[in-house]
Amino acid sequence: MFKTFPKGGIHPPENKITADKSITVLPLPSTVTVPLNQHIGAPATPVVEKGSAVKTGQLIAEAKGFVSASIHSPVSGKVSKIEPVADSTGYKQMAIIIDVEGDEWIETTDRSATLVKEITMTREQIVERCRDCGLVGLGGATFPTHIKMTVPSGRKCDMLIINGVECEPYLTSDHRLMIEKGPEVLTGVTIIMKALGVTQAVIGIEANKPDAISTLDGLSKDFAGISVVALKVKYPQGGEKQLIKACTGREVPSGGLPLDVGVVVQNVGTAFAVYEAVQKNKPLIERVVTVTGKSVSRPGNFLVRIGTPVAKLIEAAGGMPDDTGKVVNGGPMMGKALAMTDVPVTKGTSGIILFPEPESRRDEIMPCIRCGKCSSACAMGLEPWLLSVLSEKAMFEKAETEKITDCMECGACAYTCPAKRPLLDYIRLGKTTVIKMVRERITK
Amino acid sequence: MNNILNVSPSPHQQSSETTRKLMFGVVIALLPALAASVYYFGTGAVIVTLTSVLACVATEFLIQKYLLKTKTSISDGSAIVTGLLLAFNVPSNLPLFIIVIGAVISIGVAKMTFGGLGNNPFNPALVGRVFLLISFPVQMTSWPVPSGFKTGYTDAVTGATPLGIISEGVKNGESISALMDKVPSHMQLFYGYMGGSMGEIAAAALILGGIFMIWRKIITWHIPVAVLASAALFTGILWLADPTKFADPLFHLLTGGMMLGAIFMATDYVTSPMTPKGMIIYGTGIGVITVLIRTWGAYPEGVSFAILIMNAFVPLLNMYIKPRRFGKEVRHG
Repeated sequence: MFKTFPKGGIHPPENKITADKSITVLPLPSTVTVPLNQHIGAPATPVVEKGSAVKTGQLIAEAKGFVSASIHSPVSGKVSKIEPVADSTGYKQMAIIIDVEGDEWIETTDRSATLVKEITMTREQIVERCRDCGLVGLGGATFPTHIKMTVPSGRKCDMLIINGVECEPYLTSDHRLMIEKGPEVLTGVTIIMKALGVTQAVIGIEANKPDAISTLDGLSKDFAGISVVALKVKYPQGGEKQLIKACTGREVPSGGLPLDVGVVVQNVGTAFAVYEAVQKNKPLIERVVTVTGKSVSRPGNFLVRIGTPVAKLIEAAGGMPDDTGKVVNGGPMMGKALAMTDVPVTKGTSGIILFPEPESRRDEIMPCIRCGKCSSACAMGLEPWLLSVLSEKAMFEKAETEKITDCMECGACAYTCPAKRPLLDYIRLGKTTVIKMVRERITK
Repeated sequence: MNNILNVSPSPHQQSSETTRKLMFGVVIALLPALAASVYYFGTGAVIVTLTSVLACVATEFLIQKYLLKTKTSISDGSAIVTGLLLAFNVPSNLPLFIIVIGAVISIGVAKMTFGGLGNNPFNPALVGRVFLLISFPVQMTSWPVPSGFKTGYTDAVTGATPLGIISEGVKNGESISALMDKVPSHMQLFYGYMGGSMGEIAAAALILGGIFMIWRKIITWHIPVAVLASAALFTGILWLADPTKFADPLFHLLTGGMMLGAIFMATDYVTSPMTPKGMIIYGTGIGVITVLIRTWGAYPEGVSFAILIMNAFVPLLNMYIKPRRFGKEVRHG
């Protein structure tokens, strides 16, 4: 039996169309748009001006404050504009727009493909390098990596968990990375272990990726303290708290962090980026993005520079099918629908999914029949039907006591509802309001 | 690039499960019991079922179309399920006008008055059944005895149900062992060879339907198991205490609509709790109250009343029995 988390969860159709598609390098676009806020925290401050010539990998915007991440030029060329541009959320934010000329890299980056296994840096140097290279969590949350690598004094961390679950349907970028870049990923894991000062790391991978499990399991023999654990296919296993529970049995307290149970979780994509940053001195300027969909003619996994328009990716996958009704940035369960495809790929873009028109619309809403399927599906032990009604009726105090803030917005409830109720829409509304309420209470 | 894109918040996909599919799943699960009923009671079972289903669907349609003037919801299949269950809970020779009255009460009073599907506190089919039982006690308790397939409708030979025979006999001071000779054997009961409401008789067929519903993930095991286990335990204790006065637990499980109630009536989504813990309390309540009514009450069956009583507790159970919240207390593995 494979391990998994005990309560809740669903198993949507996997649709891993691109699981056997090797990572291919996307040709450089003619311009890139690099938003200054691609991470959780304060936007970075530009250190270049309009007209500046930049090299690939050169710092173009500096982290502002502790919770922030630096941004590097993904291409070489000339800064044509620094202006507000609509990003994948649809809102405008400051971005540096660069016209691409050639591909001239900064000299400090080692661009060879040779594997560098030996880790020469100290803990402090590793953390500093990750900050300097603008690393953020590549699973989608984009939390600055250097913060998660620093265990605050007085706290104990005894285990690193690497998220190779990729529980979102359709997405395969982590899957391909594990198969194609196994030694690099494991070296990256070892680096993070060193930074955290832990001796054991567990890589959690769902059982629908047997090739990734066997690849990493075989390679892990050469890396001290790393083990691979095969997990039952169940969404939302990639949720930090669910993954920790599945791998270790430890349960992060409500409102708490993984560190409360002595664990830090990083994504496999992040581990690979850590390897490149620490061993090769390569800033985070590109990532693997899955471009897929049932009608897409050439779906695939692409290594793409940050700032590349999503439209270019779709072009590389054979163009947008005529029946396309929705383009989602991220997974089908938690991703964001794009209003237009000229928005740039950012550090958090794990996939682009093109849904045919019929699948892009929601089904007709029926009355709640109190079947309780939403409660059974909720991995946080919440009652989505209740939270939804409380939010709908603006009973936010009650919603707070019913732990609405524990909701991670995985969407399992809305997925499973036979009456097709927009449960998560209402819960989001309630959750945002409750968080605001709590903040006001604290500041009072 | 000319596509106009739809934008909506996540999740961007929904399961293929729908209310309609669930309701028709229940209909499929009821078919074996319906077949058994036709086998034992003949065309009467078909006529009663058709009348009940049509009357329920028509009531819902007419109320929505002419009284509420809203969109009709008969296509969701819930009225069909109510119609089938109402038919299952009445004798197969019940005069048709009584069935129609039952349907009007079920859908009109117990369901639509409260706002339609999802809002009714009590199981509609059972409200209809109990209304008929109180209003037409004679017709509702003249049970045809199984006589193989026949085409006549009202000319059926009627007799008491096994529970009725036992209940009456015990009152007259007869011993259980003597009474057991007057009722069908346990095996016959299991296959449905007894007098009773048309859908309640064949335990084997009802269990088959229940297994289908659990496999198809329409219901979970909690409610049926809790009802049957608690009833078996309670009657078992009584039986062990005095086997001359109380029938054995298996007899109780196979008679008087216990299976129909546990598997199909108590598991109605709208009127049952939503957490497994709540379901077990609710099911146990039904089992215990049923035995109380059967042993010390005025009615020999009691399942309908027990379910309706527990229906009333469902809002309380939903309010106070909560799932275990993740991270309520820190657990180190």
